Amino acid sequence: MTSVSKEPRQGPPEQIRAVPVRHYGRWVAAVLILYVAVWAVHSVANNKRFGWDVIGQYFTDDAVMRGILMTLELTGIAMLMGIVGGVLLAIMRLSPNPLISGASWLYIWVFRGTPVLVQILLWGFISALIPKFSIGIPFGPTFADFSANSLITPFVAGCLGLGLNEAAYMSEIVRAGILSVDPGQAEAASALGMSRAKTMRRIVLPQAMRVIIPPTGNEIISMLKTSSLVSVIAVADVLYSVQIIYGRTYQTIPLLLLASIWYLIMTSILTVGQFYLERYFGRGSAQRQTMLERLWTNLRSARPAAKGADR
Amino acid sequence: MSGASLGKEDGGLMVHAEGVHKRFGRLDVLKGVDLKVKPGEVMCVIGPSGSGKSTFLRCVNHLEKIDAGRLRVNGHLVGYREKGGRLYELREREVAMQRREIGMVFQRFNLFPHKTALANVMEAPVQVKRTPTAQAREQALALLDRVGLADKTHSYPSQLSGGQQQRVAIARALAMEPALMLFDEPTSALDPELVGDVLEVMKQLALDGMTMIVVTHEMGFAREVGDSLVFMDGGVVVEEGDPRSVLAEPKHPRTRDFLSKVL
Repeated sequence: MTSVSKEPRQGPPEQIRAVPVRHYGRWVAAVLILYVAVWAVHSVANNKRFGWDVIGQYFTDDAVMRGILMTLELTGIAMLMGIVGGVLLAIMRLSPNPLISGASWLYIWVFRGTPVLVQILLWGFISALIPKFSIGIPFGPTFADFSANSLITPFVAGCLGLGLNEAAYMSEIVRAGILSVDPGQAEAASALGMSRAKTMRRIVLPQAMRVIIPPTGNEIISMLKTSSLVSVIAVADVLYSVQIIYGRTYQTIPLLLLASIWYLIMTSILTVGQFYLERYFGRGSAQRQTMLERLWTNLRSARPAAKGADR
Repeated sequence: MSGASLGKEDGGLMVHAEGVHKRFGRLDVLKGVDLKVKPGEVMCVIGPSGSGKSTFLRCVNHLEKIDAGRLRVNGHLVGYREKGGRLYELREREVAMQRREIGMVFQRFNLFPHKTALANVMEAPVQVKRTPTAQAREQALALLDRVGLADKTHSYPSQLSGGQQQRVAIARALAMEPALMLFDEPTSALDPELVGDVLEVMKQLALDGMTMIVVTHEMGFAREVGDSLVFMDGGVVVEEGDPRSVLAEPKHPRTRDFLSKVL
């Protein structure tokens, strides 16, 4: 019954030139969006109370610049604490020893279950709870004393509040990443004689990264903004710096907008960085392209086709 | 090569299983397996799914702990040390040392997807044996050439066909210079036209004198390359013998029944 194709047909088949479907709904939506956009730009530009001149005046003010540096420092330190602590907690959580996994569970329960603002405040007022820290043997002799106020400055309190809270969230992200790796990978590694620690470091974690990176990027961006909470314990980040300025000049709205613009700039830069990080850890699987690269390959592949159509 | 001299303690056997039992919860998977594999022997293990053949293979390199019996590889108890009539569990490091002598090839390849073919093969020698990178690289290139993939050294697993991936996996296992190779249904996940290349590599390995235990459904391979054939069912060895005679005239009714379904 099967038929084998006979003579090949002469010449290439005729190219299809069909009338594309018209999407009237999309046109209406496009017009509406354009209308709203023009209206928004017009009102922003003409509303004096936005205070664009004030924003321009303070945009690169020294206090603002120092605030930006402080925000970046806080974000960096807190995320570092979060990531290192999170990996540790995740590995503890997956331990077969119930005491170790229980400790990790308890940590996550406490730090994820209470508001980060409260945690920051508690660290800020720690000296009321523990007036001094001592180095020594518990219930035994002490070698050195530090007053809590000199050891836990507002900056340190901010880092602790943000970082310890972040570790709880990161641990769940890391754990999900580790669990996403096929158990056959760890089996293959141990069949080759690799130790559990080495298997984790060389085989499992690098693959878990593909799952861990996107939500971690999210966490960093979120942290950059959450770090503004430290203004409540008088750490001079971006928000606190502009609060100081508008406390003096009463130009509240322009300065809050100024802070927002700086946050937007910083998160935009992070978004770009996240893309490249994701691509690095995605190697061995489908490669993603940047918008520019996609445009370039589209143009290149489109050209010969266009020529073909002209023929 | 350290294994060759050690084998003498156990009558020169490479693998010696005596009454091996394995339970998963309430399910008895192995109910007393007795097997002997001599150095240089190619043993093929066949049987219906759930017969315990893969589990037995996983016990040989201690991916599963056995519940009763004795299992020796190269004269050493797998996973334990016997002293004064008592068994002591080996430390993780000691188990890892034992596994170096045993190469394993999985049904689903289990190549490291974030590493190129070359890096997959180099990983264990460099990380476990501390072979200098340059030397490991040379060795890995030679192994990839041996499995016919000299031109794929820089490809990632996702860029290779199933047959090519399995051949990289074989090269990866060989890189540790094992005394024994275990194959857990190495061609079951492959498209039919890719099976031949993998079997050809395994046949060459057998001809080079490697000791192999091959869990397989490839009766042709068993007939042509195998030195012995084991039919397992219900967690025990039902029939064992020369592959050609077992396949041609099986003695046990269960073997006959199984072979009539697959041949």
